[in-house]
Amino acid sequence: MSKLQVENVSVSFGGSQVLKDISIHLEQGELVSLLGVSGSGKTTLFNVISGLLKPQSGTVVLNGEEITGKPGKISYMLQKDLLLPYRTIQDNVALPLIFQGMRKKAARKKASSMFEEFGLAGTETKYPSQLSGGMRQRAALLRTYMFSQDVALLDEPFSALDTLTKTQIHHWYLEVMEKIHLSTLFITHDIDEAILLSDRIYILTGKPGEILDEIVVKEPKPREADFALSDAFLEYKRTIIRRLEESGVTGVSL
Amino acid sequence: MIRKFRNIIRSKGPAVVAILAIIGIWEFLCVSGAVPRYMLPTPGDVVTSLISDRELLWFNAKVTLQEAFYGLGIGIAIGFVFAVLMDMFETLYRALYPVMVLSQTIPTVAIAPLLVLWFGYEMKPKIILVVIASFFPIAVGLLDGFKSADPDSVNLLRSMGAGRWRIFRYLKAPSALPSFFSGLRIATAYSVVTAVISEWLGGFNGLGVYMTRVKKAYAFDKMFAVIILISIVSLVLIAIVSILERVCMPYRHLDDADRQDS
Ligand SMILES: Nc1ncnc2c1ncn2[C@@H]1O[C@H](COP(=O)(O)OP(=O)(O)OP(=O)(O)O)[C@@H](O)[C@H]1O
Ligand SMILES: [Mg+2]
Repeated sequence: MSKLQVENVSVSFGGSQVLKDISIHLEQGELVSLLGVSGSGKTTLFNVISGLLKPQSGTVVLNGEEITGKPGKISYMLQKDLLLPYRTIQDNVALPLIFQGMRKKAARKKASSMFEEFGLAGTETKYPSQLSGGMRQRAALLRTYMFSQDVALLDEPFSALDTLTKTQIHHWYLEVMEKIHLSTLFITHDIDEAILLSDRIYILTGKPGEILDEIVVKEPKPREADFALSDAFLEYKRTIIRRLEESGVTGVSL
Repeated sequence: MIRKFRNIIRSKGPAVVAILAIIGIWEFLCVSGAVPRYMLPTPGDVVTSLISDRELLWFNAKVTLQEAFYGLGIGIAIGFVFAVLMDMFETLYRALYPVMVLSQTIPTVAIAPLLVLWFGYEMKPKIILVVIASFFPIAVGLLDGFKSADPDSVNLLRSMGAGRWRIFRYLKAPSALPSFFSGLRIATAYSVVTAVISEWLGGFNGLGVYMTRVKKAYAFDKMFAVIILISIVSLVLIAIVSILERVCMPYRHLDDADRQDS
């Protein structure tokens, strides 16, 4: 049984179809990317999977239980970090635990126990505005992880970061993910990022958004930094660009 | 510490100089005889009567302050209830918002005599008038604040399984704090002035009553003393609101030195 199964999901907004018959699945411990141009409906698909948006048709099944249109079951990190400016970092991270009924003190303690691992040591009582972009992103990731250690949806978690910070956070992410076995669906429009982090990649095209292809990245994990410089990596990249060009997305370069 | 002190001088210095200049010109006008002394007392005269009448002033100020406090408290409570309901029910918002704005075009002084006729010369009509004056900035401040909550943050909390109450408690209410305090600052300033004005139109004690009394005696120095006292009281109250604001929203007043980059 798959961890997460999305079947034949279609969504329209006022007559214009945004998602057409999307079926994808996610296995235990996998990291699967959704790669697609802006406006192809990636965020909309995440809104459906998280239960925030009810699709016109199709189902979302988590661990064998149907959760279509029911929020509160899957961790969701939205396109912005959305740390609440009036709560300290530890209180931001502890928020999902409080919603699950934990007492404030216990929630803080549990959240703080992961700060070291997420590179956030020393920021417990700071406010979001006092942190750099990379740290805020890690804090938002930790909050997502606190909500559930089962399935996480990450919507372009690193797209706002500069290239150097991004590279750093990729390595950190591969390391941490290796330890915590979170099953993750990951949205990106960065082809390199998708190949570097994913076990599989779904390519989406717009409009309406449809699954064009599925690419399996066979490189074993944990991946070394120089995977990004290898021939195998370039070959994956070529394949993806070719598929995108065939579907009418032009101007993508290596 | 020294730097902080220098910053204070740089930010507040010009205002202090301007105020001193105004007092200087005032003094000059009196001393040079450009304005007769009995019409415009010197700053020194005013301070003298402020000190000599202090007991009487304080006694009346307590009455006015009481009216202002009760009115403000009730105004906040009613404003809060209205804002919450209007934020929850869109129809209520559309129905009441224009009415609230309309009610603000009615000048306070115009309804004060009516309230006196209805409710007598005691505190009641004064408190009601302060409630009317302070309710609007509070309700509007809170409403704007509730609406300022980021819809994406609402979605984030929903995705964590939060219902209406939790979205209110953890997102809408804290998001409303900054504009609530802007409203509270205005309401506080209104409350003292409104209490004084309502006392002009009838009452037994209070700064407004005292004002009409000294006016009848043509005691200009005492008149000025009350005016100064009223503005000092308003300033102190607004300062208290500012302190409260800092305590409630520490994240808005972080020292730059505390920011860290990495
Ligand atoms: N609530 C909505 N109402 C109407 N149209 C919407 C709504 N949400 C999304 N859309 C439309 O659906 C399309 C897909 O939007 P979506 O945000 O899912 O794209 P995306 O793939 O996430 O893009 P990006 O990479 O820029 O984030 C867009 O054309 C958008 O305008
Ligand atoms: Mg998106």
